[in-house]
Amino acid sequence: MHSKTTLPAELHGQVEELRKEHLLIDVRPREEMNRMVLEAMEDTSREWKWAMAFLGLVTVVTLFGAWAYLMSTGMGLAGIRRPIFWGLFIVSFVFWIGISHAGTFVSAILRVFKAEFRRPFTRAAELMTTFALMGAGLYPLIHLGRTWRFYWMVPYPNQRWLWPNFRSPLVWDFFAINTYLIGSTLYLYLPLIPDLAMARDKSTGWRKKLYTILSLGWRGTEEEWRHLTKAIQIFAWAIIPVMFSVHTIVSWDFAVAMKLGWHSTIFGPYFITGAILSGIAAVGSVLYLVRTTMKNMTYFIRPEHFDTLGKLLLIISMGWTYFFFNEFILEWYGGEHTVKEIIRFYTRGDIAPVWWLMVICNIFIPWAVLWNRNWRRKPWVMFLMGLIVNVGMYAERYVIVTGALSRNRIPFDWGWYQPSLVEISIAFGTFTLFLFMYGMASRLIPLIPVWEVEEGHHAHSLRKVGKTVVPSVADLE
Amino acid sequence: MAGGNGQHEHTKWVMVIDLDRCTGCNACVTACAMENNVAFTGEKENAYGRGMHWIRLVRYWEGEYPEVQMRAMPMMCQQCSNAPCEPVCPVFATLHSEAEELNIQVYNRCIGTRYCANNCPYIARTFNWFDYEWPEPMHYYLNPDVTVRRRGIMEKCTFCIQRIRRAQEEARLEGRPVRDGEVQPACAQACPTDAIVFGNWQDPESEVRKLAQSQRGFKVLEELGTEPKVIYLSSPRGEF
Repeated sequence: MHSKTTLPAELHGQVEELRKEHLLIDVRPREEMNRMVLEAMEDTSREWKWAMAFLGLVTVVTLFGAWAYLMSTGMGLAGIRRPIFWGLFIVSFVFWIGISHAGTFVSAILRVFKAEFRRPFTRAAELMTTFALMGAGLYPLIHLGRTWRFYWMVPYPNQRWLWPNFRSPLVWDFFAINTYLIGSTLYLYLPLIPDLAMARDKSTGWRKKLYTILSLGWRGTEEEWRHLTKAIQIFAWAIIPVMFSVHTIVSWDFAVAMKLGWHSTIFGPYFITGAILSGIAAVGSVLYLVRTTMKNMTYFIRPEHFDTLGKLLLIISMGWTYFFFNEFILEWYGGEHTVKEIIRFYTRGDIAPVWWLMVICNIFIPWAVLWNRNWRRKPWVMFLMGLIVNVGMYAERYVIVTGALSRNRIPFDWGWYQPSLVEISIAFGTFTLFLFMYGMASRLIPLIPVWEVEEGHHAHSLRKVGKTVVPSVADLE
Repeated sequence: MAGGNGQHEHTKWVMVIDLDRCTGCNACVTACAMENNVAFTGEKENAYGRGMHWIRLVRYWEGEYPEVQMRAMPMMCQQCSNAPCEPVCPVFATLHSEAEELNIQVYNRCIGTRYCANNCPYIARTFNWFDYEWPEPMHYYLNPDVTVRRRGIMEKCTFCIQRIRRAQEEARLEGRPVRDGEVQPACAQACPTDAIVFGNWQDPESEVRKLAQSQRGFKVLEELGTEPKVIYLSSPRGEF
């Protein structure tokens, strides 16, 4: 590993540049990194407390308050109606399942592909998955006409000898989402154990008690590390098919139905690509918030990470566009009456503003902005891009769910869906719930996996090639 | 599932609607609402598509002004033999009855996911958005033979299964099969032009069997493979 002492003096400038740029070249002692992460975690400043109180209050009112009102009065408070029987709740449901793919993509797929740049933010992304899934999991309850009977969808032995209907995609949803939630929570927890042990060793008071319980007696012996790395490897590989199956199954809620605009074989890969798109965009936004609101994060999360996220966002946006083209434009070419009306409705009808918002936010803006390396490296640009792309993805789900339902094979029964205040309140409340849970978690668990960053430090080195210094990485496993 | 206290013979209830005779008077809609305790939701809710009617007149306009013609097509649950609403219910609240080949909605099992409504190509299903009330003296017309549904539950045309059961009970008590024309759903009973005819397809002498032979006969959205039980007779007056 070259350092200033082993390289000729004229290359020191290059080394400094590279150190500033790349986290995994910029080595600091483990103790110092741990201290930085703990300092960020224990920073429960007044601003943070006010922010949490505010978010918590807003969530209680807009989500739980509105939901209680809905449950006690009736689903009629929502804007759904005949023939658009699913509305903003299902749109939000699919949206949050999409966001949940953020974590698994970053921590599992990038790990499997040995993309080293993922190291500092795997946990930040995995937290997004867990909280997004929790938010998403509320909607299959919220949208029920008789929410208090939700447990009939759960297979349990009962006196009536009734099982749920395993042919129904909604029951598949139940199993898929629960599997994913349990799997990704475990996958969040495993790499967290060494950091929890570190926090246990360095904290006092109630935190020490908490981390002692959560770190399960981790001592950091070689055997424990071997087992942990093996378990993480297995999980990383195993959670990828779960991630693919979850959103495929959610997309089948629509694809197996007889509704035109839904009944398409491309929905599986289309939705997965859309989910990864909204997930990566959300990671960009959340990392910006983490970097600007938490201490010491500018060391761990650097412009290079935003740069790479931006490149990924551009590529996935192109992938999404490919599937979108296959979905919509080719349907139009087929010429079936109702489908032509659906596409007219989307592009020139009453829902056109939403459809065009989707196209502009998912295609035009990313393709215009993300080519530029300088722009990609600016964290605030990626923050904005993340918001823009997610607005576009929300619009996409809105168009697919409510737009296709508005136009069916019997023109007399076409309709217009107008979301009601109660629906908007609940949908908004899940956003504040997500921010609240994330904000709380950021001060309860260490957000950066220091041991993974250290692993990356060990693997990276600087090599002198002619007159330049080049970062290189050794293969770890 | 056989009804009542004993076994009934296998029946296949079919409806024939003669569109040439239909005047669009809405008597069928009113009669169905009276018979089946269909809630009325008020003008504002109805305008927003929250009407609860189990049968509706699908109205089309034909021709250019001033030679415009209104055409009405009574549309209700088609009791499909291959119903798309059945496989998607997560709790088995909508089932197929093998004995009389009807699509059954089980009110007390429904948890209101509304997937069945989305999957019905005929948009035949309605949902109880609120706990509707029958202000006095409207509550006097509630039919004791039919459940009053609470909020959160799907409902749809049942081919007046309560009338089918009653006829079957009476026939069984008298030791004879159900006669053709003995079972009349409310819509068929109310129709002033006898445009709606109901009967048992298994009975070779039934009126519906005879009417269905007509060259004017067609089924709505038959190409979807739902195998509906309602046969429409098109009118030479217009497009259908």
